Amino acid sequence: MLEPVAQLATRLLSSAALAAEPGEKAVAHPIQLPELTNAPGGPSLAYLLLIPLLPLIGAVLCAIYRALGLRNKSAAWTSVALLAASFILSVMACLDVVASGTGRAIVHGFEWINMTWGAGEGRSISADFSFYLDPISGLWMLFVTGLATLIALYASEYMSGDVRNARINRFYGAFCLFVFSMACLVMGDNLLLLFLGWEGVGLCSYLLIGYYHDKPSAVAAAKKAFILNRVGDVGLALGIMFTFVAFGSIEYDVIFRKTAELQEAALAGATIPWFVEAIPLLFMVGAFGKSAQLPLYVWLPDAMEGPTPVSALIHAATMVTAGVYLIARTLPLFALNPDALVWVAWIGGLTALLAATIGMAVFDIKRIMAYSTVSQLGYMFLGLGVLAPTGAAYHVFTHAFFKATLFLACGAVMHGFAGQLDLRKLSGLWGVKGWKVVSAAMLVGCLCLAGVPFTSGFFSKDQIIAEAFVTSGPGYTLLGLIALLTAGLTAYYSFRAYFRVFHGPVEYHPGADHHGDEPLAEEEAKENEVAHGHAHDDRHFHPHAPGWAINAVLAVLLVGSLLAAVPYFIDKDHKGWVGGLVHASPTDARVLPDGAQVIAGAKHSFFGLGDPHTVMYFVSGAIALIGIAVAWWLHLAGRTSAAHSRADALKRRLGAIGRAAEHKWYVDEIYNVIFRVPLLVLANLFYLLDKLLIDGLVELFGALPRWFGRRVQPIQSGSLQGYAAGMAAGVALLLFLAWAAPALVVWMGR
Amino acid sequence: MLETAPSLLAQLSFPAPMAGVTLFHYLFVAACLFAIGVIGFLSRRNLIIMFLCTELMFQGAALALIALGRYHLNHTGEVFVIFVLTIAAAEAALALGLVVYLYRRKGTLDSEAWAALKG
Repeated sequence: MLEPVAQLATRLLSSAALAAEPGEKAVAHPIQLPELTNAPGGPSLAYLLLIPLLPLIGAVLCAIYRALGLRNKSAAWTSVALLAASFILSVMACLDVVASGTGRAIVHGFEWINMTWGAGEGRSISADFSFYLDPISGLWMLFVTGLATLIALYASEYMSGDVRNARINRFYGAFCLFVFSMACLVMGDNLLLLFLGWEGVGLCSYLLIGYYHDKPSAVAAAKKAFILNRVGDVGLALGIMFTFVAFGSIEYDVIFRKTAELQEAALAGATIPWFVEAIPLLFMVGAFGKSAQLPLYVWLPDAMEGPTPVSALIHAATMVTAGVYLIARTLPLFALNPDALVWVAWIGGLTALLAATIGMAVFDIKRIMAYSTVSQLGYMFLGLGVLAPTGAAYHVFTHAFFKATLFLACGAVMHGFAGQLDLRKLSGLWGVKGWKVVSAAMLVGCLCLAGVPFTSGFFSKDQIIAEAFVTSGPGYTLLGLIALLTAGLTAYYSFRAYFRVFHGPVEYHPGADHHGDEPLAEEEAKENEVAHGHAHDDRHFHPHAPGWAINAVLAVLLVGSLLAAVPYFIDKDHKGWVGGLVHASPTDARVLPDGAQVIAGAKHSFFGLGDPHTVMYFVSGAIALIGIAVAWWLHLAGRTSAAHSRADALKRRLGAIGRAAEHKWYVDEIYNVIFRVPLLVLANLFYLLDKLLIDGLVELFGALPRWFGRRVQPIQSGSLQGYAAGMAAGVALLLFLAWAAPALVVWMGR
Repeated sequence: MLETAPSLLAQLSFPAPMAGVTLFHYLFVAACLFAIGVIGFLSRRNLIIMFLCTELMFQGAALALIALGRYHLNHTGEVFVIFVLTIAAAEAALALGLVVYLYRRKGTLDSEAWAALKG
């Protein structure tokens, strides 16, 4: 039915003459990559360098604005314009790469690191500032630059409260720098450039979480994010080193070629060396840090202290998917150690479940979204682990849209209700004038997140869950059931937030910030104080309805979230357009020899009901609807006011479990006891050791001369004659010795 | 041997008017001067007297140098003493100035009055 649309889209995508028919697209065996890309005669892709360069220019300009002390929206408009240009170039680049038919392009920027210490293999390392565009990195660049543009536009209104403050330039500077780093991470043609981007996005994340640096909780959250990411980064850095040791290069082309050789050798009976098997495990650690998976996920919910546009872009749509990207990019390496994939799958599944249970219990809607991000990232890792990179990549794509929508809708609420995010204090926003677009965006976002049939989240999540039942691995069926349970919980908690905040009686209590991030003019603040003279009298509070920028961005994202389902129907051969992209890149599960083993034992049946992919449409759809129905019954049908609903009684009955979930299963406290307290004890121990032993020794060496000095001090009698007598006696002694010495020598020689 | 004989003779005794006076006598006088200076310096508290005693020790040393110069038949000792006396003159002016200054500060010439650096 949708085939004509698909063909039209493909034709549009493949820009005229070089168009290939969808069926006969040259599907090179991903491992046997074509010789080299920028073949003479091919389209010049030099402009690819502009994609990271433009945001970098933006960051520099923002720094200049800050130095000039500008207090207006120049930084915002500069960023929006440059990011939009970057987005347009990304689209062009993707079209050109599709058109070139080679499947990938390498554009050389400049020589960056090049060291040689001898002749032969493994005696030199080179990492150029070159960019590698293949379908996977193209997909990432599309939504990174696209969403960055939209969110920068949104921020131009959201951050308007800071416009009178020169620090606004810092916000946009870090924002642009983030996009630059992300472009390096995604498009770098070697692991070192990826690492540069990896650290760059971590830095920008730190800077933006701590943007409100006068707020202690924001500073603490920024530090927490940075430090927890370091744990993962150790894994990534070691992984890169091991890669160099194993393959003698860190460039993707060489790595993938040598990986294929190793695979063939392994199939012929050779053993794979341990340091090659360690690479995927180390990369996995890095990915778990950046993408907030167990046990390193605790930084992400706290990262919500940053401004909401940042949460939407960095901590929901783009940066946190870098871990997924890393594993997708290096999936051929994971084939060399199938155990790593099992780890990825199980950690992903368990993270999804754990985060969903916390999301059900917390009351801050932005935190609910944060936990749902952790949970959805868990799905993506599950997808990679069960060899469904298509599902994982597609889920990254749809999640980027609907989670950005959800966060920006939450941000609009926060902006309008003086920083209020507690779902017990807000109710019935559909009924408030000027909040229709926000409410609709929230509804669409929640529908996609819950995986209601025919929404984008439904198709992407189903691919992952179904694949968990198809692929055989240790406990993968249980993992699939966990994923199904999590899908139900997801539907429940997303609609819990939606029903409570947007439906029911109109009721709102403003938050602690006066007008959110917007500091009021003095008179206005005074007026407000009068209006809020008595406690709990919020009747005079006027919510600040979102303006054109917020509404426009939300409308675009709302439509985008819905349209993200369309790619599923394009390119049916490869389970959707994203599947086609994955298929044409080195991230193709079919090339994994271990994957082949796994798939050989695959059971194409869901508990005897038929093909899991088909059955899943009904099962997961039904589960999503049940979750929504439960949320409706507990939080809408059974609710009398903003704060009280039928769920309260249920929670009382749950007792300790409910309380534990509300306290995030005390994970932070447990980490505190396991890591922070021992470290603190150890630190104090070292402090004492330093104080007593090291300082003691130093003090002793200082004290000895002092003590001796005190003893001989009386010699300084202050009497001039005394000194003179001493001198005379000394001279006399010397003379005596001079006289007696020969005799002494003779006597001793005897 | 013959060439060195006159100098040996000269070393044994000083010129005619002081025949019989040898190096030893000069050194003895120098030692006496020095010893008187030391004893005076150690036993007297008046800063000016103590300063005079240091001058005595100086003269003792100078006499010993001249006598030894004569004994070795060269002028090194004499030249050295001329320099020493020049410097001693300058130093005497400085030291006496200091003594005057110290007297103005405390109204006494007692060296015991200046013991502020006592340990």
